[in-house]
Amino acid sequence: MMLQLSGVHAHYGYIHALHGVDVSVQVGEVVTLIGANGAGKSTLMMSIFGQPRASAGRIVFNGEDISKLPTHEIARRGIALVPEGRRIFPRMTVMENLQMGAVLGEEMNFAVDLKRMYLLFPILEERCQQRAGTLSGGEQQMLAIARALMSRPQLLLLDEPSLGLAPLYIKKIFQIVRELNREHGMTILLVEQNAHHALRVAHRGYVLQHGQIILSGTGHELLANPEVHAAYLEGGQAATAS
Amino acid sequence: MSALVLAHHRISPTERLKDAAAVAFIALLLGIPMIGLTTIDQGGALRIATRWPALLAFIAACFVGRLLLRYGFDQLRARKLAREQAAAAVRDRNLAASPLLTWVGWGALGVSLALPIVFTDNRYVVDTATTVLIYVMLGWGLNVVVGLAGLLDLGYVAFYAVGAYTYGVLATQLGWTFWQALPVAGAMAASFGIILGWPTLRLRGDYLAIVTLGFGEIIRVILVNWTELSGGPNGITSIPRPSFFGLPFKPPGDDPTFASFFGLEYSPSHRIVFLYYLILALALLTNLFVSRMRKLPIGRAWEAMREDEIACKAMGINARNVKLSAFAIGAMLGGFAGVFFAARQGFISPESFTFNESAIILAIVVLGGMGSQLGVVLASLVLVLLPELGRDFAEYRMLLFGTAMILIMIWKPGGILAHREPTLRYLATTGDKR
Ligand SMILES: Nc1ncnc2c1ncn2[C@@H]1O[C@H](COP(=O)(O)OP(=O)(O)OP(=O)(O)O)[C@@H](O)[C@H]1O
Ligand SMILES: [Mg+2]
Repeated sequence: MMLQLSGVHAHYGYIHALHGVDVSVQVGEVVTLIGANGAGKSTLMMSIFGQPRASAGRIVFNGEDISKLPTHEIARRGIALVPEGRRIFPRMTVMENLQMGAVLGEEMNFAVDLKRMYLLFPILEERCQQRAGTLSGGEQQMLAIARALMSRPQLLLLDEPSLGLAPLYIKKIFQIVRELNREHGMTILLVEQNAHHALRVAHRGYVLQHGQIILSGTGHELLANPEVHAAYLEGGQAATAS
Repeated sequence: MSALVLAHHRISPTERLKDAAAVAFIALLLGIPMIGLTTIDQGGALRIATRWPALLAFIAACFVGRLLLRYGFDQLRARKLAREQAAAAVRDRNLAASPLLTWVGWGALGVSLALPIVFTDNRYVVDTATTVLIYVMLGWGLNVVVGLAGLLDLGYVAFYAVGAYTYGVLATQLGWTFWQALPVAGAMAASFGIILGWPTLRLRGDYLAIVTLGFGEIIRVILVNWTELSGGPNGITSIPRPSFFGLPFKPPGDDPTFASFFGLEYSPSHRIVFLYYLILALALLTNLFVSRMRKLPIGRAWEAMREDEIACKAMGINARNVKLSAFAIGAMLGGFAGVFFAARQGFISPESFTFNESAIILAIVVLGGMGSQLGVVLASLVLVLLPELGRDFAEYRMLLFGTAMILIMIWKPGGILAHREPTLRYLATTGDKR
């Protein structure tokens, strides 16, 4: 087991956002987390990084309890995050953003990794000297993903990578997720509103509601589940259809 | 696009009239006691007389002035917005160093090197230029904290004071020379940077500003009250001036002096010129050092921290160390400037280290364009020279100064030079870093 959350609670002040969630991710898996707005998906992702810190429960990564470690130490264990809303460094150039992602890596890997990213996202190479804040939303999302990958993580956390993107970009992002996992063996925990896409690319999924896991299963099981279908798929499908 | 912007910012003539009428009304309220009524001395008794025509003229002037002012500003703003939007796309894609700026930088360096040679006999010019350079150095130091790391520090003068007093005490009580004291004072200021930075690690923005403001005042109050060490309000006097590698600047005597050693005729301007070159060297070293730091991982981490702290931590960056290093290095540079200040003045007292100084240094950084090295130089020139030039205007000097600052902020809200130099270039064909 690469990552295991057991009985994790999290609070923002007196707001109780996570009520004892159990989530596990195995090496080489894509695991997705779906749920309505405010269900606590982002909170769960961030609590892995100790922002907010889990107020109860254990978060074990590669056999080590990381729930008490400072955020930067957690990142150093080999977890990378593409946070909700990208959070790139807007006034720095694309290149500098990528280099920030690589601060933990070996200096000599930098050029190789940079090339790899430019191969994955050719637009970034074109824009390498541009201020990151002036990229389009989709380009910023790609930058955020590339920045996270620059640290050569063992586990990649993606929080709504398709947020606010055009259908073409969404497709591309999911293609990349699949490629990273199937071809590079990257382990990925994916939060998505786009349940349909997410469940199709994921090996397993969890459904989060009011800070609790109410359902879990393989991607196909959840896709076929009538409850999931009613709550997260049909509405979405109908909305995109109309 | 630009037409749309223009239309959006245009206000109707009635609105303009209303606005001017409001100003005229305020002028009326203020004008009645100040202009409308006056006291006259009539046979020993005070009598109140009225001056309605003068009041009327005053109100009319306010009304018309306001109309014109608003009109002018609106025109300027609309034109500027249109221009900016047209230029924005181009500029942002074109981040590479502007050759013009590079030339301005080299030109400024050339001028500053030649200045004391041209003005050897004009003590006033060299002295003023020295003051400008002190502020340039302070600006570059504070730029690390405010411009790069994004930590709003309103108490920067504290580190300037620590540097100055460290030298003052070491020199007068232990007989240390300038060069011996310089590194110690820098280290001392850096330690203060860490000590004061530590409690503020979790604060940001306004809260950080208030706390650092408080720290600046605390240091000053300590200096006023710790009479045994700092001399209290009287300060420290007869601080030794720096010597030229052991050769003092003195009239010829028994020991070799600078003048006698080089076979020159003694002149007090030697020391002035020497001090000028000394601060120029210190400032240039500061600049080199900071530019170098910006290109190292730590410098890039400062900037990333300014942009997004949580994202930074999630990259594996230790936010505490990054912030403390910015505080320490900024403080150290301020400390160096303080040592120079003490050595130049020969006398220091807490009065030199008031909040006013912090505000001016901060203004230099902000006006210059946060993070821009050349911008700091231009802003220092403006902020030091304006009050000097304004001397002729006596009491209107500060008014002039304030107006100039407001105008700069209207004209260039991002600072004189809002340009940011990328720290990294990439040759797409080879994949090499340069
Ligand atoms: N910084 C915060 N301070 C206080 N409450 C917060 C904070 N962040 C999130 N919350 C609350 O915690 C709950 C869970 O929020 P979270 O961001 O995890 O939802 P989410 O599942 O990611 O939703 P979305 O799909 O909209 O991104 C919400 O009720 C939210 O209001
Ligand atoms: Mg969320």
